[in-house]
Amino acid sequence: MDFLRPETLAEALELKASRPDAVPIAGGTDVMVELNYDHRRPAALLDLTRIAELREWTPGLRVGAGVPYVRIIDELGAELPGLAMASRTVGSPQIRNRGTVGGNLGAASPAGDTHPVLLASGAVIEVASVRGTRMIPAADFYLGVKRNALEPDELIVAVHLAPAKGPQQFSKVGTRNAMVIAVCSFAISLFPEENRVGAAVGSAAPTPRRAHQAEEFLASALDFSAPKPLLDSVKREFGELVSQAASPIDDVRGSAAYRKHALAVMARRTLGWAWQELLDGEQQCA
Amino acid sequence: MRVNVTVNGEQRQADDVWEGESLLFMLRERLGLPGSKNACEQGECGSCTVYLDDVPVCACLVAAGQAQDRSVRTVEGLADGDSLDPVQEAFVEAGAVQCGFCTPGLVVQAHDLLDRVPNPSDPEIREALAGNLCRCTGYEKILDAVRLAASRR
Repeated sequence: MDFLRPETLAEALELKASRPDAVPIAGGTDVMVELNYDHRRPAALLDLTRIAELREWTPGLRVGAGVPYVRIIDELGAELPGLAMASRTVGSPQIRNRGTVGGNLGAASPAGDTHPVLLASGAVIEVASVRGTRMIPAADFYLGVKRNALEPDELIVAVHLAPAKGPQQFSKVGTRNAMVIAVCSFAISLFPEENRVGAAVGSAAPTPRRAHQAEEFLASALDFSAPKPLLDSVKREFGELVSQAASPIDDVRGSAAYRKHALAVMARRTLGWAWQELLDGEQQCA
Repeated sequence: MRVNVTVNGEQRQADDVWEGESLLFMLRERLGLPGSKNACEQGECGSCTVYLDDVPVCACLVAAGQAQDRSVRTVEGLADGDSLDPVQEAFVEAGAVQCGFCTPGLVVQAHDLLDRVPNPSDPEIREALAGNLCRCTGYEKILDAVRLAASRR
């Protein structure tokens, strides 16, 4: 096995082009587990932790693929509340000190915590190779169980996300608060100025996926220009449509039926929280 | 491969390091530092917690090669000669150590918490230690130890 240690992104892209079999490693929280358990024996590891440009974020917002969760929580909670909420539910403090959104995207596990947020918020993934840069909408990034849209010579460079234009919420079901792989998860983003809603489920289908019908129903049912308290019937229908968007399986973490049920509950609750935030905001303005 | 790394303030060199091996393996098996414990090898238990450039991490999830030119501080590096760190003292006095296997990781993690938050609330202590499993104590004595250490700093 080779251990490749580029100092710059350009160098990393050259290495990845000449060694497409090299497995990128950043925080190591997924890759090292596979190595420790001998589930994977790559020909080479490509260490990305020495590349300063991957560990920066810039206003607007471009978040480097190597920014660890702890910094998203500490530095970006106001601009990216949904992503910060999801980041808080990742692993433990030690894991959040190391793990990165880039790694979440690279692993492309259907249970990855940040995926529903990236989908609901309309994130765009910046990937690069020596051939150039591609901007891939999150909705086109997840192709299958642990499969993403990366070509063998490409690396994930950054995530582009506009600062939140409305309330965002994230919810995750697990057996305890820490160190939990999601049984299922859900994210919602409201875009009041655009009369638009983003909603996505995690750990409830072969890939994280958006709940299109639920988004459309809610956008038409909500009056963003003069928000009034939510009708129970709207919350119920939204929950039902979110549940229908999922196609979960029975596995060790939970049954398909439970996941469907829990998604409807999470959708109703997070909608309630997000809408309340909007109502509270209106009152403050009045 | 060869890895050069500062460990507990000393410049160290490890040879014949396998490219896929963890920082934990290198510390324990090549550098003679068995304080950090090897249990789950998947970041679930926190027993291998060490500082990497002043940030607590699971050493089992860091590739040894990623520690090149970086600074590592293990549980062995907390005491000052024969005098224990206040966190270590508090663990002994509060009865927070039973079998002792989880202790090194908990001590390092608690040490970091108190560096960042000198007077943590109970929820802050629980959150900070959420990635460290103990199967003996039921955690109450560990919480006592962290509160005791905080009160003495």
